[in-house]
Amino acid sequence: MAKGDPGVSTRGRRAVPRSRKGATGDPELVQLLTPEGERIESVTGPDGTEYRVDFTDEEYRGFYRDLVLVRKLDAEATALQRQGELGLWASLLGQEAAQVGSGRALRTQDMAFPTYREHGVLYCRGIDPIMPLGLFRGVDQGGWDPNEFKFNMYTIVIGAQTLHATGYAMGVTMDGKTGTDEGEAVIAYFGDGATSQGDVNEAFVWASVFNAPMVFFCQNNQYAISEPLERQTRIPLYRRAAGFGFPGIRVDGNDVLASYAVTRHALDNARHGQGPSLIEAYTYRMGAHTTSDDPTRYRIASEVEAWQAKDPIARMKAFLVKQKIADDGFFAEVDEQAKRESVHLRERVLEMPNPEPSSMFDHVYPNGSPLVDQQRAQFTQYLESFEGSAH
Amino acid sequence: MATETLTLGKALNAGMRKALENDPKVVIMGEDVGKLGGVFRITDGLQKDFGDQRVIDTPLAESGIIGTAVGLAIRGYRPVCEIQFDGFVYPAYDQIVSQVAKMHYRSRGKLKIPMVIRIPFGGGIGAVEHHSESPEAYFSHTPGLKVATCANPQDAYVMIQQAIASDDPIVFLEPKRRYWEKGPVEVDQPLPEAYPLQAARIARPGTDATLIAYGPMVRTCLDAATAAAEDGRELEVIDLRTLAPLDLGQVYESVRRTGRAIVVHEAPSNIGLGAEVAARITEECFYSLESPVLRVTGYDIPYPASRVEEEYLPDLDRVLDAVDRTFGW
Repeated sequence: MAKGDPGVSTRGRRAVPRSRKGATGDPELVQLLTPEGERIESVTGPDGTEYRVDFTDEEYRGFYRDLVLVRKLDAEATALQRQGELGLWASLLGQEAAQVGSGRALRTQDMAFPTYREHGVLYCRGIDPIMPLGLFRGVDQGGWDPNEFKFNMYTIVIGAQTLHATGYAMGVTMDGKTGTDEGEAVIAYFGDGATSQGDVNEAFVWASVFNAPMVFFCQNNQYAISEPLERQTRIPLYRRAAGFGFPGIRVDGNDVLASYAVTRHALDNARHGQGPSLIEAYTYRMGAHTTSDDPTRYRIASEVEAWQAKDPIARMKAFLVKQKIADDGFFAEVDEQAKRESVHLRERVLEMPNPEPSSMFDHVYPNGSPLVDQQRAQFTQYLESFEGSAH
Repeated sequence: MATETLTLGKALNAGMRKALENDPKVVIMGEDVGKLGGVFRITDGLQKDFGDQRVIDTPLAESGIIGTAVGLAIRGYRPVCEIQFDGFVYPAYDQIVSQVAKMHYRSRGKLKIPMVIRIPFGGGIGAVEHHSESPEAYFSHTPGLKVATCANPQDAYVMIQQAIASDDPIVFLEPKRRYWEKGPVEVDQPLPEAYPLQAARIARPGTDATLIAYGPMVRTCLDAATAAAEDGRELEVIDLRTLAPLDLGQVYESVRRTGRAIVVHEAPSNIGLGAEVAARITEECFYSLESPVLRVTGYDIPYPASRVEEEYLPDLDRVLDAVDRTFGW
């Protein structure tokens, strides 16, 4: 797996693989930054791949900035929902490192297929964070061009997008766009609950037998709404990959550096024609499933507190401080930027116009339909019949 | 204009061959469509001539076929998916209804899914269960999908090409019991503007009553019209061709002339295509009707064991019985 991979170095000391006893008791967890903010120089994965990152101070600060910004924007969206400005919001709280790490690992030519929670990946793709808010405000249903942004529309049906991603990746192969550094890779995001879906398992089969340039990125946030991981699986999720015939690895999803390293390695393998892999980013959904959920009904406060101690942003900040990579002025400046961007986001959400009612008839078919045309005309006529009336 | 005599199945094969030749983005995918040429041999020889990147044998999972085809479409391909039998489409139902049908709408027109989903449908071949169903109402009820079906080799040849060339996602229902029926096909005409995909056609002109059918029942209605003519009744037979959206202009015009309408399909009657056609005729032709619109359909039971399917399926006698009833009103 490591052969020919430009992002992996074999120099330096090998750290002893760390033991992290998770919900499933599995010890194999790639980690480059401990919850206390200690850097681990490199980690050897179960297949012998050595994971390490080597960033400049500016790049380390960039990771921190992204983590803080996506958390702040996410909190703003939650607040907007609470104030009735959004119909719903699916918060990424706690999953910032898995999303920023994997999102930053994407190269320009790579394509991403998100769920409805990948606001952090979207941000790292350089996409305006206002984009998904139309969906949650109810003024559109996504409405962006996936090919323009290399980021598919949010998918709400659980796991459906993994098949879309795999088909897209088959198309990449058919276009002859693998096998070089410029090759294209495709990443599909999904959660622990989705691994029980038929579509996800079918995507694994397809990607495997067609050797598709795919990375399956599972954010195991421990809960599918109320159901804990144990209701979805008896074995660690990453080990499912072996049964489908491709590599699987578990990474500390609260460690932005390890999430980056593991994803970059898997993407580069895919783009070089070495086929699919599964990443299980082991993390925790700190908030509710969505703003309609009440997690106090199904999990205890001490569990949440234990994960609080593994917070992805706190550990990055501790690292920057210890290594003297950033000072108080930097942290204040990032907070200021986050505040500014969230205020700007709020202002623009409040200005989002409701769609024209008759626009609901638009775009049902590329080539149109006489039935839709007829109903649009009837609807327009019906509306016009009220003109000049008091009602 | 070169005319060949082809079976309906061979005409579909010739149409797909032409589509593969004309557009390098067209790919055919499904179970056993490659070396075997499909269980009905509709894709016979295509993988040999176009290679396994264009005619793809897929793993055995229908949702996977449609879901990966969505991704290929986003990538710019034009997938033509074969579902092996009508009764096996349901594992793909979510992908078809929630994903294929809605992508263009959700993306405000930025994403097109130019996909054709070919399904052999209907009974009459003595098959075991799950191999004889008529699921057209499920798909016709879904906004964002178009649903078409052919009734003869000429239409099979033309309509499959029109469907593949269309940017709309189209469920293309093939009347499997008619796969072996022969007819003349003009094979060298350019992809016609001759009729748009949704246009119905008058399959046989008549003056006394209107039979409305599609797919496998068009032949049955034509046979009934021939028999009725011997009794001195001239029945007009209209082949709907496209079930979503329905093209009923000629139906209204016909019913205004005849005053009597009978809708014929294999699918069960309850909430079926016949109900929609009857409702629309009633709205448009109320003052012309001499009798209520009648339906001759499969019964509202699961498709029965094959030894009784001839009793289940509408046939010439049941159609003629309905003709008698409409005149006896």
